[in-house]
Amino acid sequence: MAIRSFFVPFLLLVLWFYSSLSPVLSLYEDQVGLMDWHQQYIGKVKQAVFSTQKTGRRRVIVSTEENVIASLDLRHGEIFWRHLLGSNDVIDGIDIGLGKYVITLSSGGSILRSWNLPDGQMVWESFLQGPKHSKSLLLLPTNLKIEKDNVIVVFSNDRLHAVSCIDGEVLWKKDFETESFETQQVIQPPGSDLIYVVGFAASSQFEMYQINARNGELLKHESAIFSSGFLRELSLVSSETVVALDSTGSILLTISFQNGEISFQQTPISNIVEDSSGPAVIIPSSVPGIFAIKINSVTIFIRVIGKGKLEVVEKLNQETAVSNALPISESQQAFALVQHAGSEIHLVAKLAHDWDANLLKESIKMDQQRGIPHKVFINNYIRTDRSHGFRLLIVMEDHSLLLLQQGAIVWSREDGLASIIDVTASELPVERDGVSVAKVEHNLFEWLKGHMLKLKGTLMLASPEDVAAIQSMRLKSSEKSKMARDHNGFRKLLIVLTRAGKLFALHTGDGHIVWSHLLHKSEACQSPVGLNLYQWQVPHHHALDENPSVLVISRCGPSSDAPGVLSFVDTYTGKELNSLSLDHAVVQVIPLPHTDSTEQRLHLLIDSDKHAHLYPKTSEALGIFKREFSNIYWYSVEDHNSIIKGHALKCKCTGEVADEFCFDARDLWSVVFPSESEKITATVTRKLNEMVHTQAKVMADQDVMYKYISRNLLFVATVAPKGSGEIGSVTPEESWLVAYLIDIVTGRILYRVTHHGAQGPVHAVFSENWVVYHFFNLRAHRYEMSVIEIYDQSRADNKDVWKLVLGKHNLTSRISLFSRPEVITKSQSYFFTHSVKAIAVTSTAKGITSKQLLIGTIGDQVLALDKRFLDPRRSVNPTQAEKEEGIIPLTDSLPIIPQSYVTHALRVEGLRGIITVPAKLESTTLVFAHGVDLFFTQLAPSRTYDSLTEDFSYALLLITIVALVAAIFVTWRLSERKELQDKWR
Amino acid sequence: MASIARLLLLVLLSTALTVSSGSGYGYTINGRVKIPQGLGTAGLVLPGKMSNIKVILNGGQIVSYLRPDGYFSFQNIPAGTHLIEVAAIGYFFSPVRVDVSARNPGKVQAALTENRRGLSELVLEPLRDEKYYEIREPFSIMNVVKSPMGLMVGFMLVVVFLMPKLVENMDPEEMRRAQEEMRNQGVPSLASLLPGGGRN
Repeated sequence: MAIRSFFVPFLLLVLWFYSSLSPVLSLYEDQVGLMDWHQQYIGKVKQAVFSTQKTGRRRVIVSTEENVIASLDLRHGEIFWRHLLGSNDVIDGIDIGLGKYVITLSSGGSILRSWNLPDGQMVWESFLQGPKHSKSLLLLPTNLKIEKDNVIVVFSNDRLHAVSCIDGEVLWKKDFETESFETQQVIQPPGSDLIYVVGFAASSQFEMYQINARNGELLKHESAIFSSGFLRELSLVSSETVVALDSTGSILLTISFQNGEISFQQTPISNIVEDSSGPAVIIPSSVPGIFAIKINSVTIFIRVIGKGKLEVVEKLNQETAVSNALPISESQQAFALVQHAGSEIHLVAKLAHDWDANLLKESIKMDQQRGIPHKVFINNYIRTDRSHGFRLLIVMEDHSLLLLQQGAIVWSREDGLASIIDVTASELPVERDGVSVAKVEHNLFEWLKGHMLKLKGTLMLASPEDVAAIQSMRLKSSEKSKMARDHNGFRKLLIVLTRAGKLFALHTGDGHIVWSHLLHKSEACQSPVGLNLYQWQVPHHHALDENPSVLVISRCGPSSDAPGVLSFVDTYTGKELNSLSLDHAVVQVIPLPHTDSTEQRLHLLIDSDKHAHLYPKTSEALGIFKREFSNIYWYSVEDHNSIIKGHALKCKCTGEVADEFCFDARDLWSVVFPSESEKITATVTRKLNEMVHTQAKVMADQDVMYKYISRNLLFVATVAPKGSGEIGSVTPEESWLVAYLIDIVTGRILYRVTHHGAQGPVHAVFSENWVVYHFFNLRAHRYEMSVIEIYDQSRADNKDVWKLVLGKHNLTSRISLFSRPEVITKSQSYFFTHSVKAIAVTSTAKGITSKQLLIGTIGDQVLALDKRFLDPRRSVNPTQAEKEEGIIPLTDSLPIIPQSYVTHALRVEGLRGIITVPAKLESTTLVFAHGVDLFFTQLAPSRTYDSLTEDFSYALLLITIVALVAAIFVTWRLSERKELQDKWR
Repeated sequence: MASIARLLLLVLLSTALTVSSGSGYGYTINGRVKIPQGLGTAGLVLPGKMSNIKVILNGGQIVSYLRPDGYFSFQNIPAGTHLIEVAAIGYFFSPVRVDVSARNPGKVQAALTENRRGLSELVLEPLRDEKYYEIREPFSIMNVVKSPMGLMVGFMLVVVFLMPKLVENMDPEEMRRAQEEMRNQGVPSLASLLPGGGRN
C-alpha cells in the first residue's frame, strides 16, 4: 500500500519532468557560433575609392557587381559597413564628397544618395529625372564651389545636374536639345569653372558643349562631322583632348576641343603599330597623355605628344589591367599596371608623363587558382623618408580582392563566394589510425577542469572571466574543424560553384576554405560559365580509399546553345581529374538513380536538339542504361509559350552523329496552358535524394492514410499574364493563380486548384506527399501560404491488421503510373506576414524526424516553421484525439516566433538559396543559406532525441554517481550500527 | 548617433504628406519609420542600427534606406495598391498596404495588414520587439532538484529516510500479515511493487 502510494506520485513527477523539457527549440545567446557560422562578403568589386582622410582609420569604399556599397578597413580588409541596394537599383558610380560622405549614383542615374562615411547612415537621397535614358556619369570636382557649397556633377537621363553635396539639393540642371545626342564624357578641367560635355550624335557627328559650372549656362556648342563614323568609346587623355576610334577600329582619332574649337587628327593604327591585325578597342582609362588599345590580346599603350602626334610606348602580350591616374603631387600623376605572368603577377607604378621610369616594380607570387587580374586601383601614402609608397587593390578573375603593399599581399577577401550558383555536399575522408585523436583529448586534468568550468557555468557561479573562458573553449573546440568524418555526420564539405567559375570546398565546422579550384580553361573554351554541380562519384563505404568527385557542368559562352564542358573534380583534394569539351549544348541534366561498378553515377544530358547523351561513356554504363531504357522519363518546361512536355527515349541517334551514347527522344505528352490566361511562374519537383520513412500515416482514430509518394510528381503554378508583374500593377479581379499537380510520366493532371485574386511571385517546396507554396493574395493584400497533401486511396482498404498479418494486402503489388491513380488531396491556406525569397524543407538521413519549412524572408532571415502548422487537417476546434495526435487549432495566419529564426540576430544579406543536407544522426539536418553572405547551422526539427545536448553536464552526472555511492556506504554503515544496537537491546 | 535617436523621438510631425503626385511618371510615397524608445530594451537600439533598416516596396521592387530622421521615400510609383515592408533586426513590423490613387492624388490610405488598423499618416512603428535568443533561467535550487540527477538523489533520500518511517508507522499486525504474505509468495516480484500491478 504504502509503497504504491509513494510510487505513483514519483512516476508522475518523472513524466512531468520529461514533458516539460524546454518546449521551444531555440538558442541561448551564448550558444551563438557553436553550431553555426556566418561569413560576410561583398561580391566582385566594380569601383573602389580610397578615403584620403588624414586622421582616423583608413578605408576604401567599394561598389560591387552584387550591388553592394561597402566601406572596408584598408589595414585588414574587414567590412565597416555595407549596404545592399535593390536589384533594380544598380550602382552606376561612387565617390567620396567632402571627405566624409560617400556619394552613390544608382538606378540608371536616377537616384543619388549620400552616406555618412564613418557609419554608413544615409544622409540624403535625391531623385534625378530626365527626358530619356542615357549613360550615367558621376563627377565630384574637388575645387568647384557654388556659394561655399561643394558641387556634385551628375549626367544622367540625358540631363546634366549640379547637386549640392551637403543636402542633395539640385542647384541647376541643363538639357541638351540635340536629337540622338549620346554623351560619352563629362569633363571638368581642374581650376576652371567650365564643364565640357562631349559625345556623339547620329553615328558620325562629334558634339561638344561648354557649360558654365556655376549656373549651367551654355557657353558654347560645337560639332564636327567625321565621315567614317565612330566606335562608341572615348579615352580621355587631357582635359581638352579625347581619343576615339573610327567605326572600323583601324584609325585612331585624336579630337581636341581647345578653346571650343574642335580639331581632328587621324592616325591609322598600322602607321604606328607594325604588325597590327584586326580591329582595336579602347581600354577605358584616365591617365593623362596616355591611352591604351587592345588588338586581339595585345595591349598597346600609346602616348599623345603635342598636337595629335601618337607614339607607341609599350606593347604587352600578357593580360594587363590599368588603374586610373592618381595625383601624387601638383604636377605629377601616377598610375599602376598589373600583368599576369604564370604563377606571378608583375606590378608596375609609373608617372604619367614619364613612361620609362618606374616608381614601383614588384613581382608577387600569386595563387594560380585566382586567375588573371581584372582590375587594379592605386592609392599612395607618404613613407617616413617622405617618398611615395603605393598600395594596390586588385580584383582577380575569381572575384577575390587583394591589397598589395611592399611586395606582399596584406590581405585578401574571397568575394567570389558572394555569388554562389550551386551547392552540393561531400563527405570528408575517414579518419586514419593515429591521426590527431590524442591531441584532442589532451589530458584528464584539462578535461576535468573544462567540465568543472562548465558546471560552474550551469550553476551560475562562474565569474565573467570564467564565462569568457567557457565561451572560447566551446568555440575553439578543435573537434569541430577537424578534417575527418565524424560519427554524427556533422562534419562535411560544402562544394560550392561561384559565378566566376571557381569551386570552393567549405568545411561545415567553421566555414574555412579547404581548397579552391578555378575551372580549367582550354583552347576550345576560353571562358566557361559554370552552370551546375552534381555528385559524380560517391564511393560506397566499402571503397573508402577512393575519393569522391563532383561533376561541374559549364557552358562555353553566354548563349544557351553554346557547347557544354564537363569537369570532374576530386572533392578531397580539389584537383581536376578530367575535363571534357562537348560538341553539343547542355540544356538539361538528369542524374539517373543508377551507378556503375566504380560508383560513378549515370547522367543523361539533353542537348538543344532534344538528343540525350549518356555519361560516363563506358560500355558498362551503357549496359546498365539499356536495362532501364524504357523506364526513363523526363519533362521540359517551355516558359515562353506555356507548354510542359513529357519525354521518353526512343532509339539510338540517327543522322550524322554515329555515337552509341546518343539517343533520340520522343514526346510523350504535352500540357498546353492557355497563353491568354495562364503563364507558368514556378515548377517544383521533389528532391531526388529525399528519404521517406513510411508511407503510412496513422490518424488519431486509429485510421491509416497512405501518402501518395511518387518521384514523378511535378508542381506547376501559373498566373494570369497580367498578374505576372509587380504587386500593385493589377486588380484582384484580373489576376488569378492556378496550381497543378502533374504526373510527369503520363502527363495526367492529378489536382488543380485556382486561387482567385492571387498573384505571384510563387515560391514552392515539394517534399514527400505535400507541396507548400507562397503567393500574394490581392483581396486581403497579404501573403498567403497554401499546402496540398496528396494521399493514395487505392491502398486505403489495407487498414485491417489481420489482412496485413495474413499477407492479403496489396502493399507489395506493383504500381504502374499508367493506371489511373486513386488519389485524394487535401489543402488549406494561411496568411503569412512576410515576402519570401527562398523556401526549403529540412531533410534527414532516414526521413523519420518531422519536417520544418525553412523560409527565407525579405529581411534576409531564415525562419524555421514546423510543418504541423501547414497541415490541411487543422481545424478550429480539434477533437481530443486530434489534439493528442498533435494537430494545432486552426488560425488564419502562421505564427512567427522570433526564437525560431535559425539565423537568430544575423542577416544573410541578399539571400538567394537555402540548402539542407542530412547529417548521419537522424535528428539533425545541416542548413546552408547563401546570398551575398553565407550562413550555416545545424537544426534538429524534433530536438536532439538521439543524442545528449551540447550543454549536458557530464560533471554533474559524475558527482551524482559519486554522491550516490557515498550515500550507499554511509547508509549501509548506519544500518549496520543500528542493527548492532538492536541486537544489544 | 544617440543624438539622432533622440531627434527621432523628439521631432513630432503634425502632418506628413504621404502620397504626392511627383513630377514625372508616377507618384511619390513618403513616410517614416519610428522606433519608440520604450520598446527596445536597453542595448537594442544600437548606434548604426538605424542605418541598417531597409524599407521594401512590393516584395523587393524598390529597396530604400532611412534618413537620419527616419524618413524614406519611393518615387515614380504607379497608381494602385502597394505593399511596404520594413526589415529591421530586432523588431517586428507589420507590412503596410498603401493605396496610391490616380483620381485624387495626395490622398492618404494606408493600413497595417496584420491587424487591419488604418494609418492616418505613413508612420511605421514596430508592433513588437523580436528577441531571437532564449533567456537562460538563473540558477535555482528547483532546477537542480528537477534535473534527472536531482530526482535520483531525491528518490534515494526518500527511500532511505522516509521508508523506514512509513514502515514504523504501520500497524504491527498488518505488518506481520504483510510479512507472512511475502513469505508465502516467496520473493516479491517487481510487478507487485508497481502501481496497478499488485492485487489490492
